[in-house]
Amino acid sequence: MKQQFFKGVRHGVPIMLGYLSVSFGFGVLCIRQNLSILAAVGISVTNLTSAGQVAGVEIIAASGSLIEMILCQLVINLRYSLMSLSLSQKLAPSFTLMHRLFVGYGITDEIFAVASSRKEPLTPPYMYGLILTPFLGWSFGTLIGAIAGDIMPASVTAALSLMLYAMFIAIIIPPAKKNKKVLLVVLLAAALSVVIHYCLPMISGGFAVIIAALVSSVIGALFFPVSAEERGEAAS
Amino acid sequence: MSIVAYIAVMAVTTYLIRVIPFVAVRGKIRSPFLNSVLYYIPYAVLSAMTFPAIFFATGDFVSSAVGTLIALVTAYCNLPLIVVALAASSGAFLTSLIV
Repeated sequence: MKQQFFKGVRHGVPIMLGYLSVSFGFGVLCIRQNLSILAAVGISVTNLTSAGQVAGVEIIAASGSLIEMILCQLVINLRYSLMSLSLSQKLAPSFTLMHRLFVGYGITDEIFAVASSRKEPLTPPYMYGLILTPFLGWSFGTLIGAIAGDIMPASVTAALSLMLYAMFIAIIIPPAKKNKKVLLVVLLAAALSVVIHYCLPMISGGFAVIIAALVSSVIGALFFPVSAEERGEAAS
Repeated sequence: MSIVAYIAVMAVTTYLIRVIPFVAVRGKIRSPFLNSVLYYIPYAVLSAMTFPAIFFATGDFVSSAVGTLIALVTAYCNLPLIVVALAASSGAFLTSLIV
């Protein structure tokens, strides 16, 4: 039991280190968008997701509607449903409803990737350990980023606010290099987002992301369907 | 609208998306179309969020564009996330000192 928990904690360490830097960027971004340090940390603690949080902060900064917020989170985070679905097949019998309600909170791309690669069934203590370390990295990184954003000169935080987007690029490019279908969908999504921004300025940022991402993914799925083997290669 | 309301709605939505399939749904999604959409969505979302927003990130087009270019090149070379991020930020910062 205890052993399972610490095994999870250990497996979570590499994820934690990655999260520290991404959430640092998120913390800086929050301050640049005039959110408080408390709000920045509050968002990270309650959400534990990168893309959804960035889109959420943009909606908050633009005083968007709550409907926009719900739809935006739904589209951006829909992949977690699939991951939960997949993990639900690997749970040990000791996973009661209560444990499922708690562990469900912590399903992220990276935690899913590690958990789904385990050979043996997933136990509650292992999953709590695997979620705890990345959670601490994510929350602590946000706090440091927000404090840094608060005390550093504007010229430095302006440059640092590029970090998060640069990391998004670093996530997209390697798979797009390997897979032409992913490259096409990525280019289409970027093009649609740019066109909406300049030609349809009445559409707010949150909805622009929803429309661009959904349209490009549906076009991708219609014209370049992905086989089960190809999907198996990706973490999600 | 209060910031607490935004954060609460955001957190509850994200939580329900994760936990409902975990608790309720059994079995696998079989539709190849739906599976393909779900496969593409993360990449499409990140791309749509990055462009054109990255060009306004620093508040100045020139330094943002330099940072973007550095990010694209370093990412193409498969450098780690943190290296890409720091290289892009440093490039943008140095540019803002010159321009």
